[in-house]
Amino acid sequence: MRKKSFFQKAAAVPHIMWVIMFIAAPMLFVLYFALTDAEGKFSFSNIAELSKYGNVFILSIAFALIATVICLLIGYPLAYFMSRQSERAQKILMVLVMLPMWCNLLIRTYALMALLDNGGLLNSLLVKLGLDKVSIVGTNFGVILGMVYDFLPYMVLPIFTSMTKLDKRYIEASHDLGCNNWQTMTKVIMPLTVSGVISGITMVFVPSISTFYISQKLGAGKIDLVGDTIERLFQNTSTYGVGAAMSLIMMILILISVGIMNRFSDDEDKTVKRGGIR
Amino acid sequence: MKILSKFYIAIIFVLLYLPIAVLIIFSFNESGSLSEFSGFSTMWYKELFEDEEAFTSLMNSLILAVSSAVIATVIGTFGALGLHRMRSRYIKGAVNSITNIPMMNPDIVTGVSMMLLFVAVANLIRSQSFFGFGTMLVAHVTFSIPYVMLSVMPRFKQLDKSLSEAAQDLGCTPAKAFFKVELPEIIPGIISGLMLGFTMSLDDFVISHFVSSPDFQTLPLYVYNQTAHNVKFSMYALSSLIVAVILVILIAVNFAGGKKRREVAKK
Amino acid sequence: MKRTASIILIISLLLVLCVPLTSCEEKSEGESSGTVTLYVYNWGEYISDGSEGTLDVNAMFEEWYFETYGQKVKVNYSTYSSNESMYAKISSGSVNYDVIVPSDYMIERMIKEDLIVPLNYENIPNAQNILPEFQNADYDPDKNADGYNDYSVPYLYGMVGIIYNTTMVDEADTGSWDLMWNEKYAGNILQFNNSRDAFGSAQYSMGDVNLVNSDNEADWRAALEKLKKQKPILQGYVMDEIYNKMENGSAAIAAYYAGDFMAMYENNNDLEFFYPEEGTNLYVDAMCIPKSSRNKTIAERYINYMLSEEPAVANAEYTYYASPNCAVRENEEYIEYMNEIKEGGFDLMYDTDAIPTSSYRNLSGEKLLLINTLWEELKSDITVSAGIYVLCGVIIGTLVCLGIFFAVRKKKRDIY
Repeated sequence: MRKKSFFQKAAAVPHIMWVIMFIAAPMLFVLYFALTDAEGKFSFSNIAELSKYGNVFILSIAFALIATVICLLIGYPLAYFMSRQSERAQKILMVLVMLPMWCNLLIRTYALMALLDNGGLLNSLLVKLGLDKVSIVGTNFGVILGMVYDFLPYMVLPIFTSMTKLDKRYIEASHDLGCNNWQTMTKVIMPLTVSGVISGITMVFVPSISTFYISQKLGAGKIDLVGDTIERLFQNTSTYGVGAAMSLIMMILILISVGIMNRFSDDEDKTVKRGGIR
Repeated sequence: MKILSKFYIAIIFVLLYLPIAVLIIFSFNESGSLSEFSGFSTMWYKELFEDEEAFTSLMNSLILAVSSAVIATVIGTFGALGLHRMRSRYIKGAVNSITNIPMMNPDIVTGVSMMLLFVAVANLIRSQSFFGFGTMLVAHVTFSIPYVMLSVMPRFKQLDKSLSEAAQDLGCTPAKAFFKVELPEIIPGIISGLMLGFTMSLDDFVISHFVSSPDFQTLPLYVYNQTAHNVKFSMYALSSLIVAVILVILIAVNFAGGKKRREVAKK
Repeated sequence: MKRTASIILIISLLLVLCVPLTSCEEKSEGESSGTVTLYVYNWGEYISDGSEGTLDVNAMFEEWYFETYGQKVKVNYSTYSSNESMYAKISSGSVNYDVIVPSDYMIERMIKEDLIVPLNYENIPNAQNILPEFQNADYDPDKNADGYNDYSVPYLYGMVGIIYNTTMVDEADTGSWDLMWNEKYAGNILQFNNSRDAFGSAQYSMGDVNLVNSDNEADWRAALEKLKKQKPILQGYVMDEIYNKMENGSAAIAAYYAGDFMAMYENNNDLEFFYPEEGTNLYVDAMCIPKSSRNKTIAERYINYMLSEEPAVANAEYTYYASPNCAVRENEEYIEYMNEIKEGGFDLMYDTDAIPTSSYRNLSGEKLLLINTLWEELKSDITVSAGIYVLCGVIIGTLVCLGIFFAVRKKKRDIY
């Protein structure tokens, strides 16, 4: 191979500079703020402070887990049924899944809240029908519902994509070899769509555990998750140290769970990429 | 079974679209109420079009999205080229993993980390108006770069090395060889990277929330401020319009050019 | 395909090159004719903004300024929802504003921390419109030669009270702060989402109006306990979201500012309001100029303009808050307007001498830190119900089983 020219050597320089300045350096700032006290000395006081937020962490993880599992339970059959429709129907359904993904999360969350609030359309309909009101906003159920509603498309799309990529001949072969529908599902289809499931799980779990808008609106400011706390610590009380410590812990938590997730994947492509989570 | 599955699909989609549908229907509601539909009217749309703040936010969003997407695409494409040619596996691996951090991290952590950096710089240069378009642009470029790399890198890997070498044998400089021979091959990747960056930027709220200032408000930030206060019904009109525009774009992309679908689907 | 692709790329590149160019052009054009941007940072819904047929005060100012001084000024108006978040923005030094409108105790703090500057009253002749009792404010103790507050000019003021929905709340339960702790209305009560007002509601409910400025840590802890007791029966902690929630009947009871009640009443006549008998908070929001301001003179003229009759009346009518401005108080049309919105509306705002009140004062740094800590303690006071633990246990258990199953199967496969 010939010697590299200046052009080729220089091509990556702006990228590397940018990445160091605006990705690596900010991360170091998080680390610095998390591990120093007010005087700038090294200390674990901020991390120790987090013990007060034990229940907040537990609740966030629990909500994210529950929302992810519900999304999977709803989304997997949905993706499967979608993949069995005609080509044209699939295209339309695909657009229908993608529309909410592209539509801003704030708008969808607000729309859901407006619908479910005690004085919203749902409850005024219930009252008209002579039924009791149901309180959803401000309850755990409301927050989880918000997460499921907002992030379900992120679960469906990758699973659906891996279903459509599945070679139909595998299914035919398994039927020919005497599998019934259920066996085909568990022995052929599920193992071959694991990569889609894994990326779906990551795409739901990560934004669920870090959200603050959903809990603000559907939890009515009463159910504080990790995201709300970080947001408040930075935007309201300017306690950067504790906020940074909290972000750090959350980051580590997510790295660990994504790491565990990747072990599940039998696929060649071991790194799960969170494609387009916003 | 067939009918059952169709029924299941229908139920889920109805539930998924119910809140959005209600929003759109009630944006035409004459009285500003969400619980009763009293009469058809387009007054909220009229009010929206007279709202200068909403219009400025839209323009800001578009300016930011276009400029950040292009900068990210340029940096990311050359970055991918340089990394592709790089011999040291370690540097390559390290740069790749750092680049992917914003993609793996929750948005709030990315936002907070950038805010800490900007506050530190602002204090260092004693600037009182450091936050604004500049900080937003840097943040948006930063979180778009990984997506550009994601769509450009595979194209480089597919490239036939001998083509560029042949061009250089025939007298091209390496830069010229890149622009004449390789660039046309990777253009589809660049375009999809550009599109991804554009939509990411347009859609972002969380990161912007931490690095913005009131001088430069984008559409999602405007929506956030609206929903934190006394919500005017023109907000419903705005949301309905956004949904409509996205629907048109999606249909155009999905049904006009069949081939493009795969690339967009990556999002 | 390739051709179109490259054409699209070129066009988008050109577009981008054009955008900064045009925006630069605009700027240089603007600067040559001398447009100055005045950054105003105010509470949400706190100015007459031209919506629904009201006057657009900021636009009027721009016009007036151009006519009077021959210079183009553009008002960049943005809003906050609590003193604390405004303070966080200003003190971080990352943004600059020319006019801000903090409440009394926050002004005291910002004076102490040297974040706002004394005003030059030569540019604010309309300060004479401010009623004398608002000129000897405790929160702004230094006075100038004319006896005016050195750092601040009162904008609007008001008192905290309790709003309730008459269709949901029994009249007999009203009158006292205890309504906010009444378990009969569990799930229908809204509390302030800012520390000072939330703690205030607990402290006033204890009957002593001076508790809100207590220097005794035990008093604050007692208030926290009271708030913790209230948390399970709350629907949520909200600020301006309260408008929609009270208007559409999503909640029955909320403590909020008197002026905002009038705004909600206009949309929902089922709402009622009272000042709790134990006493309540009297607050004054006043206009100040932050140290970072780059256009102090224009900012002072802006403040002056806000004190003149037309904009002051417009703001008072838009916000329904009480005005310390005698040009507003004596305006017949305004009095009529308030009474039209709600019978006795004018008296509700101004005839308040019988109610015991106190104002928040700035607290020592140590106490501020304490409040922050206690507020965090309240916000993070979450009980995770057994059901959630069980559900998560099942999920994690299933995951672990699946993991083991896959691992074993893989091993088996490897053996074959």
